Amino acid sequence: MTYIKPKFRHPDLQKNKLGYTIDYYEGSLSTLCAGCGHDSISGAIIRACFEANIEPHKVAKMSGIGCSSKTPAYFLSNSHGFNSVHGRMPSVATGANMANRDLIYFGVSGDGDTASIGMGQFVHVIRRNLNMVYLVMNNGCYGLTKGQDSATADCGSKNKSGNINLYEGIDLVSLGLELGAGFVAQSFSGDKGQLVPLIKAAMAHPGFALINVVSPCVTFNNNVGSTKSYDYIREHIEATSTFDFVPEMTEIKTDYSEGETKQIAMHDGSLIQLNKLTKDWDPTNRSSAMNAMLNAKENNEFLTGLIYINPESLETHELIQTSKTPLNQLSQSTLCPGNMALAEINADLR
Amino acid sequence: MNINDFVVRFANVNGTGSASANYLFTKAIFRMGVPVTPKNIFPSNIQGLPTWYEVRVSEKGYLGRREGIDLMVAVNPQSFAQDVASVKSGGYFLYDSTKKLAKEFLRDDINYIEIPLMEISNSNYSDARQRQLFKNIIYVGALCELLKIEFNVFEDLFAEQFKGKEKLIPLNVTALQLGMNYIKEHYPNTLNIKVERRDLLKSKILAEGNAACALGAVYGGATFAAWYPITPSTSVIDGYADYCKQFRIDKETGRKNYAIVQAEDELAAMGMVLGAMWNGARAFTSTSGPGLSLMNEFLGLAYFAEIPAVLIDVQRTGPSTGMPTRTQQSDVLEAAYASHGDTKHVLLFPSNPKECFDMTADAFDLAEHLQTPIIMLTDLDLGMNDHISEPYEWNDLRQYNRGKVLTAEGLDAAQQWGRYLDVDGDGIPYRTLPGTHPEKGSFFTRGSSHTEYAAYTESSDEYRKGMERLLKKWDTAKTLVPSSIVYPSKKKSDTGVIFFGTSTYSAEEAMDKLAEKNIHVDALRLRGFPFDKAFEEFVSSHKQIFVIEQNRDAQLKSLMMIELGTEASKLHSVLNFDGMPITADFIFNQIASSFKAQVSNT
Repeated sequence: MTYIKPKFRHPDLQKNKLGYTIDYYEGSLSTLCAGCGHDSISGAIIRACFEANIEPHKVAKMSGIGCSSKTPAYFLSNSHGFNSVHGRMPSVATGANMANRDLIYFGVSGDGDTASIGMGQFVHVIRRNLNMVYLVMNNGCYGLTKGQDSATADCGSKNKSGNINLYEGIDLVSLGLELGAGFVAQSFSGDKGQLVPLIKAAMAHPGFALINVVSPCVTFNNNVGSTKSYDYIREHIEATSTFDFVPEMTEIKTDYSEGETKQIAMHDGSLIQLNKLTKDWDPTNRSSAMNAMLNAKENNEFLTGLIYINPESLETHELIQTSKTPLNQLSQSTLCPGNMALAEINADLR
Repeated sequence: MNINDFVVRFANVNGTGSASANYLFTKAIFRMGVPVTPKNIFPSNIQGLPTWYEVRVSEKGYLGRREGIDLMVAVNPQSFAQDVASVKSGGYFLYDSTKKLAKEFLRDDINYIEIPLMEISNSNYSDARQRQLFKNIIYVGALCELLKIEFNVFEDLFAEQFKGKEKLIPLNVTALQLGMNYIKEHYPNTLNIKVERRDLLKSKILAEGNAACALGAVYGGATFAAWYPITPSTSVIDGYADYCKQFRIDKETGRKNYAIVQAEDELAAMGMVLGAMWNGARAFTSTSGPGLSLMNEFLGLAYFAEIPAVLIDVQRTGPSTGMPTRTQQSDVLEAAYASHGDTKHVLLFPSNPKECFDMTADAFDLAEHLQTPIIMLTDLDLGMNDHISEPYEWNDLRQYNRGKVLTAEGLDAAQQWGRYLDVDGDGIPYRTLPGTHPEKGSFFTRGSSHTEYAAYTESSDEYRKGMERLLKKWDTAKTLVPSSIVYPSKKKSDTGVIFFGTSTYSAEEAMDKLAEKNIHVDALRLRGFPFDKAFEEFVSSHKQIFVIEQNRDAQLKSLMMIELGTEASKLHSVLNFDGMPITADFIFNQIASSFKAQVSNT
């Protein structure tokens, strides 16, 4: 059976500043199950890149293995993509980023890819504060191998086969905070309104940006008793604020008058605006964010939104002081010291 | 009297500063213009265990290890029993006689040279660290006198070593003289071994293979190294960092024209290298056997998705942790077929520091040209010991071969571009780098099977086509790897000898020994894999072939049987796998006795 993606688009489709319509940001037709949360996230990525006027060829899509890791084929077909090895996307992204610091590295991973086989690489890429977006499509189960529990499945959550998970679930957001990630967000695949600005802000953040998105597996983990089902998430979701990402030079409009509002200036001149901010919540304070996550867990709440941000964090290239010119663009004359220098080295070795 | 032909072994405690004193001794002989080859025989430990440093001096220029110790410098009572036993009959046992030597260490057939090293040092120095360090220089002074090494050679060496810290020079000279004077006073008679000045080394250098690889990476344009610390490869990256500090800091900004990431493990190190080379930077990693095992996963991806990579494997004694501070050539099969599925990899086998330098630089050209990993197999002996080598050279007209990479203009001009489309018939397709063109050339790199246009496929035909094209590329690789070097015998021979890497020194010496016994054989040194044409011809044109290897399982022999279909009956293995560098005597004895057996059978 062949799937053919319809090419028809509305003739009056809006163009962004680069002159591209949104379909220019799409990918090939998804082969995931109908209703899969991952497809909604792909849609949000497409929308975010379109709205943020991202040049697709300046994005490198990085992924590991799993349902989630297939999705880079389903968005930004004009970007290079690298579907690597299970759990190893962070290392490939690290090397790619070291080679060319000027691109946007958009990593997509899943809960198996990140929290089990790839846990080692995940924690280390955070430590190094690699400048990348790391989006986890988190459904608490292994879809491609038919629904085994993953390491992010909550203790006590019931899967489709009726098995109750006995083990503690790994909370990637708390882990990201603990490891010092400079941008930590959590969202739900069903909340595109929140996801799109979060993705835009994550791309603008100059350092490691983690977005953990609970994305229910409609085939294997959407049953009653699962804590990663559509119904469960909708019942337990608590937004920390509503969220706006304001690009550089844009006038800020505030639609909300009630509650607190907070603005966070990003390095590139853009602004993050948080409205209806939950009381006693400071997303620029790490311990406040960590406490909030702990409390939410105790109260069975699923917190979404921008959990923590440190716009001053230094990414890997700044930590190790690599050249501003991408390493892959340095010329041979810059790189090779030449035969004269060798004569000196030889003399020292005699 | 043996002039310029003997072996000295130093028996020390590791962590006591003996390494620099022993190196001083080697360098002094080098400066006397005499071929010299040192070997570190060290424990997997930081401080307190026995460590040895063995120096062979050879007027004939034989640079392999030789059994039989002419002079033992025993400074470590822990290993006296072993050290006394390893001196050859008629040899010398120089020891620290501050403590009386136990009776059980006395042999009738060797000579004892007693120097109260500790006592001399203690009575001349008060600081504890100085006492320890200068004790080492005192025994070097004794050797200077015993072996008739020119004193001013040491003076020069001290002056160079302590440039900028000049006040250390007289301190060292005095320590050296303490040892010399003690010998003059107590052992005025000459030994039956000594050093005489020659001019045999000309422009040659004394260098470690790992440092040479590091320098080769700088010259080859590597801008990124990802690695995980492991003996004996660590000094490759240390060396790269040092040379980069010298050559790769931007003068205006102070920023680095390179990056080094110490990865969380070897899996990640290899992944980082692939990410960087996929993105158009030249990158490499270095590791040893256990790391290579972990890198298998990514090597399979790199082979199938056709991503360049450079990996330097400094082999050590396996399997598992094995003997991590001993040498071996036992990763040959592991490297050749690393990863699951049908994979094979291009290998390089350097045998001296000059080749480490050349082949590392070449490896980047090869990797980008062939769009596949290049694995260089060196070993602990080559990597961590000093070797006499031809000097490094670089042709300033040389341009890096960056392989088939389409630029934006190239993409505009290309009529129909497919990432895995073999346009030129050499099995090598054209690739594009991220960020090149706003509308053309993007593709999805994946380890799952793909069409010529990089689309996912489960079509058997498409899959088979891709795998067969990789074989075509393999044939192209045969013409690009460094060619084998043939040593024709003076007389026509239907026997061949094959060796590679650090077996070379001892193999060459063994050929001479065999010729002295009227056994004439042709020889070949392998430098790359897949086997080149010269190798295939050599194998087919000889009736019997001795394959010299430093592993138990005859891995190169297996590779020949697999890749060339060479019949097993034709191949005789000479296998040294005890962790010590192979000797000429070992090779000679095996080949000579085989000939003897053949003669007596006919």
